[in-house]
Amino acid sequence: MPMNPASPPLIHARGLTKRFGAFTAVDAVDFDVAPGEAFGFLGPNGAGKTSTMKMIGCTSPASGGTLTVLGMDPETQGPEIRGRLGVVPQQDTLDEELTVRENLLIYGRYFGLSRAECGRRADELLEFAQLSERGSSRVEPLSGGMKRRLTIARSLINEPDVMLLDEPTTGLDPQARHLLWDRLYRLKQRGVTLVLTTHYMDEAEQLCDRLVVMDKAKIVAEGSPRSLIEQYSTREVAEMRFAPGVQDTLDGQFNGLADRVEHLPDRVLLYAEDGEAVAVAAHDRGLRPETVLVRRSTLEDVFLRLTGRSLVD
Amino acid sequence: MSAIAPPQARATTGRVMPRAWHLIERNLFVYRRTWTIIVSGFFEPLFYLVAMGYGLGRLIGDVTGPGGQPIPYAMFVAPALLATGAMNGAVAEATFNFFFKLNYNRTFQAILATPLSVRDVAVGEIAWALIRGGLYAIGFIVVIAALGLATSPLALLAIPAALLLGFAAGAVGMAATSFMRSHQDFDLINVITLPMFLFSATFYPIETYPEAIRGIVAITPLYQGVALIRGLTVGVLGPEMLFQVAYLAVMGMIGLWITSRRLDRLLRK
Repeated sequence: MPMNPASPPLIHARGLTKRFGAFTAVDAVDFDVAPGEAFGFLGPNGAGKTSTMKMIGCTSPASGGTLTVLGMDPETQGPEIRGRLGVVPQQDTLDEELTVRENLLIYGRYFGLSRAECGRRADELLEFAQLSERGSSRVEPLSGGMKRRLTIARSLINEPDVMLLDEPTTGLDPQARHLLWDRLYRLKQRGVTLVLTTHYMDEAEQLCDRLVVMDKAKIVAEGSPRSLIEQYSTREVAEMRFAPGVQDTLDGQFNGLADRVEHLPDRVLLYAEDGEAVAVAAHDRGLRPETVLVRRSTLEDVFLRLTGRSLVD
Repeated sequence: MSAIAPPQARATTGRVMPRAWHLIERNLFVYRRTWTIIVSGFFEPLFYLVAMGYGLGRLIGDVTGPGGQPIPYAMFVAPALLATGAMNGAVAEATFNFFFKLNYNRTFQAILATPLSVRDVAVGEIAWALIRGGLYAIGFIVVIAALGLATSPLALLAIPAALLLGFAAGAVGMAATSFMRSHQDFDLINVITLPMFLFSATFYPIETYPEAIRGIVAITPLYQGVALIRGLTVGVLGPEMLFQVAYLAVMGMIGLWITSRRLDRLLRK
């Protein structure tokens, strides 16, 4: 969804900074999130995504810059803002001393809802999260996917205007991830604004209208998944894998074949508009890779280009 | 699901109770299943009363009570056990259970994502600790009244006095717990509460100690609480009670203040 200039941003950050002692976790970032948008923070571990989310969620005070959420100041109106947010933290914070349904009931009470209303919404949300059968079960024996669904259900008990999802599907199996994506997509269609962090590129492409890439506490790129690929990568990528030993002899051999060439320990990536043509041209030069894979560029290519290939932690 | 309504359609709920109340509600959910744990704490002071008050008391006979008049030993010990029971109940909640919620269950992190604040959490948890201590106090006062060990109607005031003691000890215990790193540190709690129980003029008058030691004993909240409650159950009022009340109240406020600050540091990073 494009930014609508007529509607003021739901979340507005300028120069937003978070410091822990001498360490700067978030370094003067600017971003806006529009109502109804699905907005993503993409970045490697330690890039500052979670710290940013906590500041938006009014559970961590900013060290500098300005931030407004739903038109309010987190510094002074934290409870009012939190009352309209739904938060799915990176690690589940479910109350393990309570049952599945009790988790929903008491969470509704924290938001000041009546007991009757909590009960009504709890039953609806159990249905939504496909947990109706487990309502009276303890939380502890639930699978990771069930706990995640319960966490999302819990975050919806106050009918939030904005959902903050910090790595919502990390650690889940593919079935559980797809079920969650489906649920999040439905929420989006109902007009709920989604703000999420992820390091899964497919997740970002599936869910986000717009995203920013964070690296080392800063925002290094911003745009829709499509536009980021266009801007920072090519349409296609040809991946060539050579026999052991051959790889080291190939320096310079790809010059002029593609827009960008990347030598990895085990393969060579050629970024180009037409991957097939590159593969043919390489063959014409006498290059004989063991395998060739031509694929479309993904956000992963953008991500690796912007944040580098070395491990962060 | 119709749970997602536009903002203007959302029901606004009036707020009659303070937000901290929801912490108590949460704990009631938990204890609905595990109420036996609470009940067990009621018997400990009762056993001591039988063993010390009646068993040992038979050998001891009368001792000097708060007003200087002789009273049966059981009557001397009973208010101290009431005070200790209330304190232990509050401290158990404020230390061990609080530590678990703070460090392992991540309960508070979840709560702080809602409109509740760290102060609501601190107040709610201490209030819950007081409720547990208060339940023991009520149960015990009924028992000692039935046994004829609380002779004055003033004994009813022992319940708020026990709550005040629970507030002081619970809040300080909670503040201390917020500094604890692992459950091994809980040995420290026992090292503090057990001698407090034995030596805070619980089983014999403070005059037994040499002058220098009395000052140390008088620092403990339990001593102040025992002296206050003993005066009430025996029915001897004195101006020192005002000091005892103020002492416990201030101690509790300081504990609450430190707890709130620590929670803010630990949970709102």
